[in-house]
Amino acid sequence: MNPKQSERRRFLKGGAALAGLAAGAIAIPSASGQSLQDAITQAAAQTYEGTPGPAPGQQFDPIYGVRSRYETSGRIGGIGAFHHGPNGEFSRRFLGALTPIQDVMGIITPAALHYYDSHGYIPPDIDPTQHRLLIHGMVDRPMIFTLEELKRLPAITRTHFIECNANGATSGYGSESEATPQITHGLTSCSIWTGVQLSRVLDMVGVKKGASWILAESAEGTRFSKGIPMEKAMDDCLLAYGQNGEAVRPEQGYPLRLISPGYEGIYNVKWLSRLELADSPAITERELYYNTTVEQGRYADNKSRWFRFEMGANSVITRPAGGQRLESHGFCEVTGLAWSGAGAIRRVEVSTDNGRTWKDAELQGPVLPKAHTRFGFAWNWGGEEAVLMSRSTDERGQVQPSLVELGKIWDVDANYLRTHMVGHANAIRPWKVTANGSVYNAI
Amino acid sequence: MRFSYLFVLAVALVACASASPQTVKYDNVGRTATPEEIQARDITILPSGKGLPPGKGTAKEGASIYTTRCAYCHGETGKEGGPLAPKLVGDTTYERGPMTSWPFATSVWDYINRAMPRYQEGTLTPDQVYAVTAFLLYRSKIIKENGVMDAKSVTELQMPNRNGWVPSRLEDIPDLKKRGGRNGQYPGPDPTAAH
Repeated sequence: MNPKQSERRRFLKGGAALAGLAAGAIAIPSASGQSLQDAITQAAAQTYEGTPGPAPGQQFDPIYGVRSRYETSGRIGGIGAFHHGPNGEFSRRFLGALTPIQDVMGIITPAALHYYDSHGYIPPDIDPTQHRLLIHGMVDRPMIFTLEELKRLPAITRTHFIECNANGATSGYGSESEATPQITHGLTSCSIWTGVQLSRVLDMVGVKKGASWILAESAEGTRFSKGIPMEKAMDDCLLAYGQNGEAVRPEQGYPLRLISPGYEGIYNVKWLSRLELADSPAITERELYYNTTVEQGRYADNKSRWFRFEMGANSVITRPAGGQRLESHGFCEVTGLAWSGAGAIRRVEVSTDNGRTWKDAELQGPVLPKAHTRFGFAWNWGGEEAVLMSRSTDERGQVQPSLVELGKIWDVDANYLRTHMVGHANAIRPWKVTANGSVYNAI
Repeated sequence: MRFSYLFVLAVALVACASASPQTVKYDNVGRTATPEEIQARDITILPSGKGLPPGKGTAKEGASIYTTRCAYCHGETGKEGGPLAPKLVGDTTYERGPMTSWPFATSVWDYINRAMPRYQEGTLTPDQVYAVTAFLLYRSKIIKENGVMDAKSVTELQMPNRNGWVPSRLEDIPDLKKRGGRNGQYPGPDPTAAH
């Protein structure tokens, strides 16, 4: 046996022993997990005769894994309301962050890059063994579930986007020529959620006649809460404990999140700890903000449009897109994402001439209901100026509107939408490619 | 003979397989919640007043509670707001504040009780929540200074912006089609307007 093989054998043997230790040490990851990590890292870093070791600065984590240090895509801070800054300072900014949607490959957003917008609240530090879900109100038998009990029930796995109602902003930062897809559409992310169908658990507690709403409440400090109509709850809502094959991330609602597919992000209540069935919406504080009031046209009645539930048909080209630059002439696939709160995407069209002509893009699949859908369009860039647009159609036949068409729905003009927030701004996004290859937001 | 026996068996098996999902009992998964456990966690107040506990308070009583528990973030009079918190007493513009824009006083009571003061949630007694509610409503010129807020008056109070929401009738909220839903947009018209 040469020295190399002997080293390897020792490493594998040690690894097996350590794996055994890990299985027995699940309950105390901080102590044993750390030494296990050290041991394996040390073993893996051993150099063999004639082979190079890790490069200086190279990160290697055999326990959980880290991405290559050459990959630097990350979330950026959102804008908005009230929270404590990282150093305790007061700030008017959201504790929120936008997904780098232009860097996402395929349809799944890595959990670490999923957007979040906690409206000012630091994710609570919840011990899953202590977490309970209480279901009560208009039920035959009010019940309490542990997380372990929910995991014992038949599980289902569904791929769904979650989108903030402020996504696709056509005003503010979303109207600036320097805006990137992360700025304009970084408030949507798509994950594979695993959990229990809410309808299954509702069957267990027995829904009383006349129960028409479920108030979903969070375990965080202010008991964030949002009402969901019973029809939706019985249709396709999920009590999710899994996200992309692992536990839901803390900022995504660990250990349990309500998933309301296709509805505004706010209906996907994180850190879910209580469901109350009632014959009326509760009209909580969170239901009284982030609603739309327009100041122009026939809906300028100084009234707020609330409970808008479902997100419309939407899409965005993520490459080539704002903030990017085409380095050379020639073939360049136009790629992007399309989605709709109404169901599956049926068609995506792409225009390279500012909407004068449209051609079908290829849906690259998988095409799943209420999920991001990847599209691609073959394009050769010859150095000319171009304005790239995508337009989606969903299974209900809803066609993504242009800015002007969106304005018509609200009876306002396009300039109004460039200067005011209406929410659910699913307008077609134009990206202007200049002769030198730089790409700008041209909303 | 053998064939028909197998056929019957097959039909029976298919029937079993299709019937089983409805008949599965999830034994020993979850347990019945006791009334005490529910009471300890049920903080929801509905617009009907359901959930409001006994107790009462006035604006005068609320003023001192506001000064010690709320003013730090919301400003001395409630008109200021702050970097961390919105103003509570406002005018009639978009930033008018909760009292003049919210449709129900039950929501005011619910939120103070549910979420305030921040980082000390749940430390106000029901009487104190009634008093702070009264104080904010008084400062927003919705009730008189000596007005008493209790379960009945909070429920019955007509808020100035009750009809400033589309749709204004709670029963009309879930029906998106009736609300003219189109491509994620629900501008109206308000189906309640005719009522």
